[in-house]
Amino acid sequence: MNETPTTRIVTANWDDPNVVGIDGYLAAGGYEGLRAALAMTPDEVIDLVKTSGLRGRGGAGFPTGVKWSFVPQDTGKPTYVVANFDESEPGTFNNREIIEREPHRFLEGMAIAAYAVRSHLAFVYCRGEFLWPGEILDAAIREAYAKEVFGPSVLGSGFALEVVLHRGAGAYICGEETALLSSLEGYRGQPRLRPPFPAVEGLYASPTLINNVETLATVPSILTRGPEWFAKIGTEKSPGTKIFSVSGKVERPGNYELPLGTPLRTLLEDHAGGVLGGRRLKAWTPGGSSTPMLTEQHLDIGLDFESITAAGSLLGTGAIIVMDETDCIVEAARRLVQFYAHESCGKCTPCREGTWWVSRVLGRIEQGYGRSEDLPLLDELGENILYKAFCALADGAVSPIESSLRYFRDEYEAHIAERRCPFTGVGPGGETATGSGDAIANDAGLTGALT
Amino acid sequence: MAVLSDGGRETAEAIIGRYPAGRERSAVLPLLYLMQSVEGRLTRDGLREVGVLLGITTAEVEAVASFYTMLRLRPTGTHVVSVCTNLSCALRGANEVFEAAHDAAGVEQGEDTSPDGEFTVHEEECLGACDAAPVVQVDFANHDRVTPERVVELVEALRAGEVPTPSRGRAPKDFREASRILAGGSGGSRNERVSANGSPPRAGAEEAT
Repeated sequence: MNETPTTRIVTANWDDPNVVGIDGYLAAGGYEGLRAALAMTPDEVIDLVKTSGLRGRGGAGFPTGVKWSFVPQDTGKPTYVVANFDESEPGTFNNREIIEREPHRFLEGMAIAAYAVRSHLAFVYCRGEFLWPGEILDAAIREAYAKEVFGPSVLGSGFALEVVLHRGAGAYICGEETALLSSLEGYRGQPRLRPPFPAVEGLYASPTLINNVETLATVPSILTRGPEWFAKIGTEKSPGTKIFSVSGKVERPGNYELPLGTPLRTLLEDHAGGVLGGRRLKAWTPGGSSTPMLTEQHLDIGLDFESITAAGSLLGTGAIIVMDETDCIVEAARRLVQFYAHESCGKCTPCREGTWWVSRVLGRIEQGYGRSEDLPLLDELGENILYKAFCALADGAVSPIESSLRYFRDEYEAHIAERRCPFTGVGPGGETATGSGDAIANDAGLTGALT
Repeated sequence: MAVLSDGGRETAEAIIGRYPAGRERSAVLPLLYLMQSVEGRLTRDGLREVGVLLGITTAEVEAVASFYTMLRLRPTGTHVVSVCTNLSCALRGANEVFEAAHDAAGVEQGEDTSPDGEFTVHEEECLGACDAAPVVQVDFANHDRVTPERVVELVEALRAGEVPTPSRGRAPKDFREASRILAGGSGGSRNERVSANGSPPRAGAEEAT
């Protein structure tokens, strides 16, 4: 392996199996960041995080310290902290590994955030399917109570903090912060109108800070090593490191923490072992399934918020799904849109209906029943979904449609012209007949009503 | 008929006590998991009992339950086998794994649960372990890099009454036990409860706006 030098912050202790427990974490210098914070005023902590330039790692990249400063004080209501551990953006798996390997780093960051915004009650919204990570977290929270890290006097400071683990029950949309709040309040996980933003009126209509697990796990080191140290890593506008989750057609899928701004070429070739089987890279998502796909021509663009945005996509969660030259882009787009159709909460018509129709049209193209007018139809459907719905789930669904059409329109055209998938051969124009041809043809008739 | 025993009701009260006074409704998901752990799925009795515990209607409880895929309102197998077929897993052969699981479990086309009631096979969305694609969960315990052959072995092991060792962590013995874990403990060491204002629990009427 020809590994380039790395700066590991959040994953620094991942090779040490002892840090999953609080004793090992304390021995490795754990909770020193919280001690440092408790010696400062809450406003000083907020200023320090602002100075570091840390941006949220959950997808939007909003400056963390600024978000903390938006939480109003003296409203007469309690203030809540909610940690978003509903990790479910396809391709993303770094929050899970943070919790499985070193849960206290996250809990420490959450306690610092609670102190900074003067909150005495923090919830961790844990994805339901994360049965085992949830058990680790539950045990870690109990350990922290036993060591008086949580409770009526955090590390003897007199600052009180209670932490409650709350498990979700299988709904991608609950990763959206307002849907998460609805779910935590005991309702269907449907998004709410913003403003008011959760900082002002969040959980139980009270001021609420919501942060992602990776964001919070980054905070302790900023306290112990200083904001200037952190700001020097990465790029000017995207300081620090990011844990990139690499999956799909690579030799060594996994989480790799690298300075923001590192190009995919470095990540892929020096860390993830290159494209599987030495094949050629075809397409990749920079930040999970809801970020527009990029291609080989973007290999040297820095993986940071501003560079990826300039390239027409989004850094999102830093989840890189790699497709190679043998993978069918129409099928990839179809599968991703099927995901959004399944996970649409049903509130907004463009999302609920649009994702369903797009997945059917993509399905018939993939099965060799596409028509020439399907491509303009997909363009139009995408336009009618994008920015037309309440939350970003619908916009995420448009990403695979729009970007795959932008870079691989010829592949769509080949499916339609050859009346089969050029990769699998499936379709009436191919050698492999499908059993469901009648159903797909019926679908084609139904969809005709749309045009 | 009551779904929860006396002990179960104590657990339910402890679950409700995790949330601030006046915010009991937040306990609806863990309470639904608790009912599911007793009945192996959610029934009308279970939904009604959650409503009684929280002071809301059965319809309100059902509206919540029907939104979430891990809460099962339909007949459900002793074991739930979830196969991720989202992109990262599909690129690594997940569709074949799903087909194999479906066949091995004896689930008929268009159904999700086997006629003998042993298995529910669920086509799952991304399970957040894409480095280990294709990923399968057996009663929510993860199995990494599963081949079609391996998923058949998993199903056969379950049929023989074994609990397959997961790739990480411990495995619940069935869907009911998984649901019980998801409902959460009874409060454990958190005896020094504080409210959102740092005052003793349930003393702060200011929370119950």
